[in-house]
Amino acid sequence: MFPKGTKRKFSDSGDEPAAGGEDVNQPSSVAVRMLSSYSLQRQSLLDMSLIKLQLCHMLVEPNLCRSVLIANTVRQIQEEMTQDGTWQIMTQALSAANAAAQCSADRLVATEVLCRQTEATQGEQVLKPFPAVGSEGCPAEEEVVVEGEGGVTMSTVSPQAPTSYLPGTFGMDPCWEEENGEDEEEDEDSEECGSGSEEGDSDRLVEDSRTAEQVFGTFEIKNPAPSPDPALEELFSDVDASYYDLDTVLTGMQSAPKMGPYDLLESLSSHGPSPLSSSTSCRSDLNELDHIMEIIVGS
Amino acid sequence: FVGVGGGNDFQWCFSQVKGAIDEDVAEADIISTVEFNYSGELLATGDKGGRVVIFQREQESKNRPHSRGEYNVYSTFQSHEPEFDYLKSLEIEEKINKIRWLPQQNAAHSLLSTNDKTIKLWKISQRDKRAEGYNLKDEDGRLRDPFRITSLRVPVLLPMDRMVEASPRRIFANAHTYHINSISVNSDHETYLSADDLRVNLWHLEITDRSFNIVDIKPANMEELTEVITAAECHPHQCNVFVYSSSKGTIRLCDMRAAALCDRQSKFFEEPEDPSSRSFFSEIISSISDVKFSHSGRYMMTRDYLSVKVWDLNMENRPVETYQVHEYLRSKLCSLYENDCIFDKFECCWNGADSAIMTGSYNNFFRMFDRNTRRDITLEASRENSKPRAILKARKVSTGGKRKKDEISVDSLDFNKKILHTAWHPKENVIAVAATNNLYIFQDKIN
Repeated sequence: MFPKGTKRKFSDSGDEPAAGGEDVNQPSSVAVRMLSSYSLQRQSLLDMSLIKLQLCHMLVEPNLCRSVLIANTVRQIQEEMTQDGTWQIMTQALSAANAAAQCSADRLVATEVLCRQTEATQGEQVLKPFPAVGSEGCPAEEEVVVEGEGGVTMSTVSPQAPTSYLPGTFGMDPCWEEENGEDEEEDEDSEECGSGSEEGDSDRLVEDSRTAEQVFGTFEIKNPAPSPDPALEELFSDVDASYYDLDTVLTGMQSAPKMGPYDLLESLSSHGPSPLSSSTSCRSDLNELDHIMEIIVGS
Repeated sequence: FVGVGGGNDFQWCFSQVKGAIDEDVAEADIISTVEFNYSGELLATGDKGGRVVIFQREQESKNRPHSRGEYNVYSTFQSHEPEFDYLKSLEIEEKINKIRWLPQQNAAHSLLSTNDKTIKLWKISQRDKRAEGYNLKDEDGRLRDPFRITSLRVPVLLPMDRMVEASPRRIFANAHTYHINSISVNSDHETYLSADDLRVNLWHLEITDRSFNIVDIKPANMEELTEVITAAECHPHQCNVFVYSSSKGTIRLCDMRAAALCDRQSKFFEEPEDPSSRSFFSEIISSISDVKFSHSGRYMMTRDYLSVKVWDLNMENRPVETYQVHEYLRSKLCSLYENDCIFDKFECCWNGADSAIMTGSYNNFFRMFDRNTRRDITLEASRENSKPRAILKARKVSTGGKRKKDEISVDSLDFNKKILHTAWHPKENVIAVAATNNLYIFQDKIN
């Protein structure tokens, strides 16, 4: 699952060692290599963590302690990557790749899955929903990139999960939401695309570390079932709803653990929604799925 | 009085091993909890299949004065069955997470056993006598014709084959949304607490339809969840005091007299982090997997992934003693994270005198630390060392490049052979060590 070296260097240090340049400047190139190696490890740790969070034993309730610890690790990595600017560089590359309607196989999907969402910016600025793959660029996207990032969160893992792997622009809601919620929840999606606020970077950072949705939050179904039946609601009124959401998402991948990545996504796309999941259906393009799989596998 | 390492007048010897020998281990047979009762006469184990097996110590025999009584099966029963939560479409495992004995109040023994969701109180009683010579009944139980009875006799008690019966007396259900990780009987012998990932409840042993929630760390918004409860225990003497540990390496001591909901702790124990050793795994390895009060009630011990710490209840800012269990794993944390071993929950235990502590490791190794001499020893629970009264040899893991003879290198350790559950007899130097599906019992041998 290691990305190719060239791309990694680009995202980490942003500089390209010129031929022969290494001889001239030994210590700094060593430092660059060490930095790259650290970033490599960090990236692979991030990927590993995200996979772990999604591959849960679905027959039995997942171990909450383990999930919390992994989620905290993910957030830690995100924060560090944000602070040293790696995040920004990576997502810049991502958006560039998106615009070209062709994602490099080297780009790790894990980072694309991460999307920031801050409650503070909900409703503040309605941004144009960003389409799934390629097509026209979104002006808000550039705004976001320039703005800088605070905390980042994971996108939802739900029965619609395959779409969560679609390349999404950093700072915008992942495009899977687009696809799922287009019909009914467009307004909500727009609200949730709250990334291009005018707040300062540092404010954003502090704010996000406090308000940034963590894994469990984003695990909630973003698009609740529309116009719930009042009778049903009453029936379930004394049920602990938030835990259901957590459950639903963590159990949304109703596939056996320890499956290969191909198997996992395939089974997801073919599996029907769990009883408590949103009624919106997942309309993933199989071609896109293949494409995503390539990225995950890192071929 | 534990004496670790040779040279002393003390050594650990193999005594018994219980369980199947074959390599193929049935998942249901994996031991998930081990606990001596208050006298040490009984030893209970729970397994993943929801069964409880209780061993009883035989009386010492004059024939073999050197070895103390052996533990033999006393009772076996199915405590919990697998369930299915229809609302969430999830299975509820029958695995026994914890067993805790109740103090003995009459001839019968009682224990609490719990799985992820339900706690049960089991009464284990035995009958080894029966009455003979009833007036109204025949020997085979048929009622005698009253007119035929011409004389009265006093029934006599005659010995019979011992019959042990386990019956569920109380079922404490539906009080935990999350997985129960701890139960602890209070010193008042009337109440007990149960803890899951986010809440701690207080029960009365006689009342099953109600429990008091005394700790609730569930955030209003589950999105903000970053910390869970990992273990909880009642103070051994002060019935108003209990502690609970967290996944962030903190311990909170609470006084139930302060408020109905003990959300604000009375004491907060946390060791400041060493900034030089910080890594992405720091939080995970700081997560406390077990907390145990000393018998004296003055100290408590916590187990995190790499170490055991002893805390003085009067000092909150750092532990008074820290023991490294397997520091050589620190450089392997990434691999251990990958194979999930980093989430293994090891338990720890005190000896009766609080002078020694024991905890498990990998490769079927377990470690003992003498608090007075500061000596430690690594022993192995394996079939190879299973000759009766065979003295256990100290094991060593080589960390450097050079591996001495008899040492084992870190990379050769078997991480599937983990000793998570150990128990120490409350009064004697007898220990029970659970190695996957086998239960090893070791005793001391005084030269």
